[in-house]
Amino acid sequence: MNLQDYFSLVFSDYTLRTITLGTAILGAVTGMLGSFAVLRKQSLLGDAISHAALPGIALAFLITGAKDTNTLLLGALVSGLVGTFWIRGIVTKTHLKSDTALGLILSLFFGFGMLLLTFIQKQPNANQAGLDKYLFGQAATLVESDVWLMAIITGICLIVMLLFWKEFKLLLFDADYTKTLGFNTKFIDVLITTFIVLAIVLGLQTVGVVLMSAMLLAPAAAARQWTNSLGKMVFLAAIFGAFSGVFGTAISASQDNLSTGPVIVIVASVFVVISFIFSPGRGLLFRQIRFIKNRRDLEFQKTLAFMYHIAETHEDISHPHTIKILNNFQGFTRKTLQKLVDKNYVTLDGAMWSLTEEGFETAANLYNQNFKKHE
Amino acid sequence: MDNIKNAHSKEKTPVSPSTDMAGAGVIAVKVDDLTVAYNYKPVLWDIDLEIPEGVLMAIVGPNGAGKSTLIKAILGILKPIAGSVTIYGKPYHKQRSHVAYVPQKGSVDWDFPTVALDVVMMGTYGSLGWIKRPGVKEKKAALEALEKVGMLPFKDRQISQLSGGQQQRIFLARALVQDASIYFMDEPFQGVDATTEIAIINILKELRKAGKTVVVVHHDLQTVPEYFDWVTFLNVKKIATGPVKDIFNDDNLTKTYGINYKVSVQK
Repeated sequence: MNLQDYFSLVFSDYTLRTITLGTAILGAVTGMLGSFAVLRKQSLLGDAISHAALPGIALAFLITGAKDTNTLLLGALVSGLVGTFWIRGIVTKTHLKSDTALGLILSLFFGFGMLLLTFIQKQPNANQAGLDKYLFGQAATLVESDVWLMAIITGICLIVMLLFWKEFKLLLFDADYTKTLGFNTKFIDVLITTFIVLAIVLGLQTVGVVLMSAMLLAPAAAARQWTNSLGKMVFLAAIFGAFSGVFGTAISASQDNLSTGPVIVIVASVFVVISFIFSPGRGLLFRQIRFIKNRRDLEFQKTLAFMYHIAETHEDISHPHTIKILNNFQGFTRKTLQKLVDKNYVTLDGAMWSLTEEGFETAANLYNQNFKKHE
Repeated sequence: MDNIKNAHSKEKTPVSPSTDMAGAGVIAVKVDDLTVAYNYKPVLWDIDLEIPEGVLMAIVGPNGAGKSTLIKAILGILKPIAGSVTIYGKPYHKQRSHVAYVPQKGSVDWDFPTVALDVVMMGTYGSLGWIKRPGVKEKKAALEALEKVGMLPFKDRQISQLSGGQQQRIFLARALVQDASIYFMDEPFQGVDATTEIAIINILKELRKAGKTVVVVHHDLQTVPEYFDWVTFLNVKKIATGPVKDIFNDDNLTKTYGINYKVSVQK
């Protein structure tokens, strides 16, 4: 199957449609919530939560013996939340910084989860296989009810976000100030964190424990490059996330032996790379272009200002000078001089240049402006 | 800037019988036996402090003296291990609408995706309460505050593109929007140029003229007599508090800073 087949089949084929919808919704909700995590400088929180969810999956299986997704994800949710609030506890109750707390909880829970998985695999139970799919995810196991669950939780998340938009923004920007205004910052914090945990747990089946944090961070990091408004950033992150889901699914479906989760993460990373280079405000490319342009402008202004100073010493501003004098005093280039001629600031007659009336005035203003800036 | 008084007196019930007489006996903020500790080391030790209504007060003291901590404890951002704070005789959480706060400029990430006007609008969030969105009225108030601090031309500017002084003015505007009776400011002059400093102090003096109480964590001892009429010396313990002309002297400075301090005080 190639990409074309995929897009013609996506609306008719049940499996393809389910997976595509699922990954698109997942990308949108993680992108949205990821913006909050990134702006709170809690980028690693997603990583810690997803790893902390693993023992929950194993324990849920050990306790219930069931292997249906909802039971296992419920286990993941509980242990994800426990891990998250332990992180919070460590940060508030001890001297440890949050990166240390995140690292501790991540490795502790993941280690415990792996231990349980190995234990389960040694059990003489035919039912035990397949739990390890939560490590890297398996989008092919998505069924319609999973997608419904994702859609409902995304919907609730969207409503809560719109309701508490003002409070979220305030807390993200200035937590202390939020407190003085009388808002319960703990409540807002718990609300945001709970939704981040929910989104991560939803994604475990598709993308898996190990790569889940990329779903949270990549769309948000890409979106931040394109806008200076929180609303637009969250919206863009959702779009980038959804597109990563769709394109990732399309690519993995059109090739054999490409698992969906990693491909989605790679597509999301491509969005990040493109954004880092090509975004107009913050991108590397435009920054370089602006730098070169500024340098050229400066050269141009320097030459003009130099001519102005020489012209000032003569009664006639258009008093011609040999081109050599520029070479002696100023590292001018023929290109810069040609630009001045193009702008009609200078006339060039053989090897003699002279300032025009217009050039003189522009140079005088240039000088004034610079002078004002230094004041 | 004369309209500050009018702008701030609208729709507010007076919080005390006399709002226009500085130091006339009404106590705006009362701190009793306040002790704050990070871990085991006390940062503030047994502070008793009364701030009269209508004063422009500086809190001075060396680094680590607990100046910011005092403000944060009064505002309920930090939990004291002992003591109490009252604003016009009631606990802070009942008097929030009368209090505005200007945090240290460095306490937030200025690369946050938002514009100047949006930050100033945050000053209206407290009176709006949960869920309700700011509307036309709030926007108008924010624009007025921006005008007062001379930042109206920059209202749509991304906040990271503002200079340090401009960011400080934005924070000041956000507090002005709160339309409060008492203003707490944590080092509003830190890292600003002379022009901005004068602009800010003029606004603070306008506030005092309008009967507001202004409390400022301040570092530049030279300007204390010129800017403020009330001063508190702090170094973990309260050293002294009172009118600048009575207590701003070498004796108290030496007690606070621990070295023989000589400041030419204009009396």
